[in-house]
Amino acid sequence: MRPLTYSRAADVQDAIALATANPASAFLAGGTTEVDLIRAGISRSEHLVDINELPLRGVEDLPDGGLHIGALARMSDVARTPRVVERYPAISRALLLGASEQLRNMASMGGNLRQRTRCAYLRDGVSPCNKREPGSGCAALDGFNRGHAILGTSEHCIATHPSDVAVALVAFDAVIRTVGPEGERAIPFDDFFLLPGDTPQLEHPIAPGELIVGIDVPGAPIARGSVYLKFRDRQSYEFALVSVAAAIEVDDNVVAGVRIAMGGIGTKPWRARRAETALVGSPPNETSFRHAAAVELAEAVVREHNAFKVELAQRAMVRGLVHSLNGRQS
Amino acid sequence: MSAVGTPVTRVDGPAKVTGAARYSAEISLPGMTYLAVVGATVASGRVTAIEADAARAAEGVLAVLTPEELPKIAAEPHLLPSLVGGPAPGESFFPMQDDVVQYAGQPVALVIAEEYEQAHHAASLVRISYQPTKSITTIEEGREQAYEAQRLFGGLMPARSERGDVEAGLAGADVRVEVAYKMAANHHNPIEAPSTVATWDGGNLTLYESTQGIRATQQTVAQLLGLPIARVRVITRFVGGGFGGKAMVWPNVTLTAMAARYVGRPVKLMLTRPQMFTSNGHREEQEQRIAIGAARDGRLTAIRHEKLSITSPFDDWAEPATGVSSQLYGCENFLGVHRLIKGNTMTPTFTRGPGESLGVFTLETAMDELAYQLAIDPVELRVRNHTPVDPFGNPWSSDGLVECLRLGAERFGWSERNPAPRTTRDGEWLVGTGVAAAAYPIAFFMPPQRARARIFADGSAIVQTSTQEFGTGVLTMATQVGADALGVALREMEFQAGDSDLPNSTAAVGSAGAGMVSSAVHAAGTALREQLIALAVSDEQSPLHGAGPGSVKVADGHLTSAERPGAVDTYRELLSRNHLSDAEALGMWRPPPLDTPHGLLTFGAQFAEVAVDPELGLVRVRRLNGAFAPGRVLNPLLAHSQLMGGMLWGMSQALLEGNHMDPRYGRWAETNLAEYLVPVNADAPEVRVDFVDVDDELVGPLGAKGVGEIGQVGAAAAIANAVFHATGRRIRSLPMAPELVMDPAVGGR
Ligand SMILES: Cc1cc2nc3c(=O)[nH]c(=O)nc-3n(C[C@H](O)[C@H](O)[C@H](O)COP(=O)(O)OP(=O)(O)OC[C@H]3O[C@@H](n4cnc5c(N)ncnc54)[C@H](O)[C@@H]3O)c2cc1C
Ligand code: SF4
Repeated sequence: MRPLTYSRAADVQDAIALATANPASAFLAGGTTEVDLIRAGISRSEHLVDINELPLRGVEDLPDGGLHIGALARMSDVARTPRVVERYPAISRALLLGASEQLRNMASMGGNLRQRTRCAYLRDGVSPCNKREPGSGCAALDGFNRGHAILGTSEHCIATHPSDVAVALVAFDAVIRTVGPEGERAIPFDDFFLLPGDTPQLEHPIAPGELIVGIDVPGAPIARGSVYLKFRDRQSYEFALVSVAAAIEVDDNVVAGVRIAMGGIGTKPWRARRAETALVGSPPNETSFRHAAAVELAEAVVREHNAFKVELAQRAMVRGLVHSLNGRQS
Repeated sequence: MSAVGTPVTRVDGPAKVTGAARYSAEISLPGMTYLAVVGATVASGRVTAIEADAARAAEGVLAVLTPEELPKIAAEPHLLPSLVGGPAPGESFFPMQDDVVQYAGQPVALVIAEEYEQAHHAASLVRISYQPTKSITTIEEGREQAYEAQRLFGGLMPARSERGDVEAGLAGADVRVEVAYKMAANHHNPIEAPSTVATWDGGNLTLYESTQGIRATQQTVAQLLGLPIARVRVITRFVGGGFGGKAMVWPNVTLTAMAARYVGRPVKLMLTRPQMFTSNGHREEQEQRIAIGAARDGRLTAIRHEKLSITSPFDDWAEPATGVSSQLYGCENFLGVHRLIKGNTMTPTFTRGPGESLGVFTLETAMDELAYQLAIDPVELRVRNHTPVDPFGNPWSSDGLVECLRLGAERFGWSERNPAPRTTRDGEWLVGTGVAAAAYPIAFFMPPQRARARIFADGSAIVQTSTQEFGTGVLTMATQVGADALGVALREMEFQAGDSDLPNSTAAVGSAGAGMVSSAVHAAGTALREQLIALAVSDEQSPLHGAGPGSVKVADGHLTSAERPGAVDTYRELLSRNHLSDAEALGMWRPPPLDTPHGLLTFGAQFAEVAVDPELGLVRVRRLNGAFAPGRVLNPLLAHSQLMGGMLWGMSQALLEGNHMDPRYGRWAETNLAEYLVPVNADAPEVRVDFVDVDDELVGPLGAKGVGEIGQVGAAAAIANAVFHATGRRIRSLPMAPELVMDPAVGGR
């Protein structure tokens, strides 16, 4: 591992000052992503600003019935917080289905949102990769791309965003709160994840030294019946081939409200807005679910090894909606 | 009371649980330095330049070795399986002797530094330029140039086996099944990464090495470095799993010794997880096809079994895959062929259930199809084709196949099965069951095995041999065998291993470990007991004086004779009366000759129940039952663990494991444990293991045929057959990933 320097931030302003002072610095929360990437030679950070002493671990009520989740709250703690389990079961499930218990005990919510893609060509340190070496090309386009995205891709990058909980959060219109050298900001969840376009190396609209302090999840009664389903080769400790967060509300035998987001198929946590639009006002049955899923996946761009995800994602979306409709937890 | 056959818990359990057990990477020596290996990033070509100035200048760096600095080896390595007992290089190639690159990951430079992290950082600063040439790393790329191999395993075995007229047998059959499979490459991935500590004392080299064969390591390194074997000592107290990846001796061991000589200090090498995918062999990417002909009544008339796989530029390596299919069932006409493609990978190697496990997969899934075609129950079809003799007409040293099939079927509840596919639903899941026979060859390639037994005046005893504990429980098993052979209580017996200075035993591979070690230990304990009995009956002061030696029995250190009712002597009294502080004996076991007139297979039967979500392609194994006839079960707890582990690995092979080569770069796509999938606890079903007793007097004095491989064999086939029963679809590649299992889209894209 490359030689590193390290400092520990006393408070939020200190963290920002320390990080801004050295342009090659990174915040260190649980370290489960950052240390891995330093070891692999992918992260170029030379200075780590440890933020674990900042008071950002709580989960608090918001006036609208929503929740504020501190950036340093651990995945395992958030997953088991009763208010999260009651109001947003999909968030709790998404957390519990991610990584392993050991990792969840270390990993923070803020760090989770900034984890990087699992694309093996990024991580091998030698293959052409526009995220690692802008302009070098994308080895995944014609390579082993089974895990790669089919929505939101570009000719420059097709890497999947790997987070589970981000999928549940984007379904509920969460907002990311940051403090940076320029002051405080509230970034809508969907805007926090940039599409690769022709600058896949840019992943988030945040400035050097800008710290995530928490996540606001607005109150949403529909979320109480939400589900998160994750499909993968093995039953634990694996990223999703396809995952779905879904919540549905029916009134007078038509869909009154619906939230759908998908993981494993998008270059960002994928809010399925087209499917949502198609569903509202339709009868809540498998035919309309299937139609909505087809609408969402219509623009999928597939590669040699990930074409199966188009069908798999549609079936997963239908399954998620059916489970939410039937009041099943998982 | 006999200790053998009882469920003794692991003697090394407390040491492992408390961390007192020291693995090779945990050995610390004064002045220790650390080695990082720089691997080639191209799969074929030449190294044109190595810029190492930045690395040399980095903090803590002691040396950077390129082919220019590295000494030449004393002898070219020639691959030979470690079971044979001689030098056993994993490939007939040694890196860094010139500028040629034969495979990605091949060592091209070495960095030695004061600290592990310093060595790895400096290694990342070494800049290597290549002139790449076109590589072949997949079957698809090399199909055109495939050739039929003549011999396998370093020349040890013929690659073709033939009897009768297979084409006529197929042509004359009432029914035929012909199937082909693609099987992805597998990597061993034990939790302990290969690690070596090398230290020189003058001209003497000591290696602490994570190996399945310390004597093989000793001889290989001595040969490559041109040292007398007596000057190389290998110590291996504990190994954190091997599965075949540590059965052969790979270049990094010798490179570590060379590095230690170069810097004049002890050197430690710990491979990284990604390096484990290019440093210790793998199970080769392969395709198998089989054609089976049968008469209406189910009796087989012909089997043609072919394997095509990819090997290295320098060795004709294929795990033999047709040995079981040629013998398991009575069938007059047989043809087994291995075809190879030379590619730019390292030489593949043994991986648990070597060769035959995928061979049996192919045979047993085809047998299942045959059963459906003939509408004969799959268990019944196998029973009908059972043969009491091998193809040469030799009787099995011990059998048990039919008993395993029957017992397994009964315990599994096979008779309640509705044979029609896709008939059982459980909510979103389709449920199916499947069966496969299991068999694994016993090979007597090894030289005589020796052990030493020693007893002290206080009655405590030691047995020693140069094997090593790699998780199988050999320390426990050998303690039991030694205690019984000598006639002392288990608590008095200590088994020592893990040092090449101890009497010879061969690498623990091919399921032969338990058989070899137990036979040698038994021989040593017996020799010492006989020596002490002879002493007692000739000792005038012994209550047993004058008794016939054959009449003397020993248990718990007490000697008695039917000829002297009531008289008791003890080892302690015997030794002290004779002013002996101890006594010792060497025991030797000579394996049967290769041409022993016996069929040599271990038998079993596997049953699986799976649930398949046909929309999403998910397969959940709900139950695995295995019934096995491994001869004498030396310790049922250990045997159960070994067999259960094998069965779960079979599940892994069926559903999860597989690596993919990116042919553009010649590099593996999955090189860590997040992406290279092995099962986790959540995947593990209920596993049941039953034993069928068979007596085997040929395989060794204790009659143990071994449980290392047989648990894995057939498990994947039973699962695949269950997936067919659940869904009505046959999946033609391994692993059976969701995209293959999910029902195809109707009408859409
Ligand atoms: C083997 C493995 C399997 C995994 N499986 C899954 C899975 O199935 N599903 C899933 O969702 N995730 C999975 N993960 C990812 C895991 O959830 C993340 O690694 C973790 O959430 C990151 O949190 P952390 O606190 O450890 O972040 P760190 O590693 O400390 O930081 C990650 C990045 O975020 C930055 N950062 C951290 N905190 C802040 C902040 N407050 N403000 C601004 N920047 C910040 C850091 O500088 C760094 O760049 C897996 C990880 C591993 C190693
Ligand atoms: S998909 Fe993106 S991360 Fe992967 S190689 Fe291409 S550019 Fe790099």
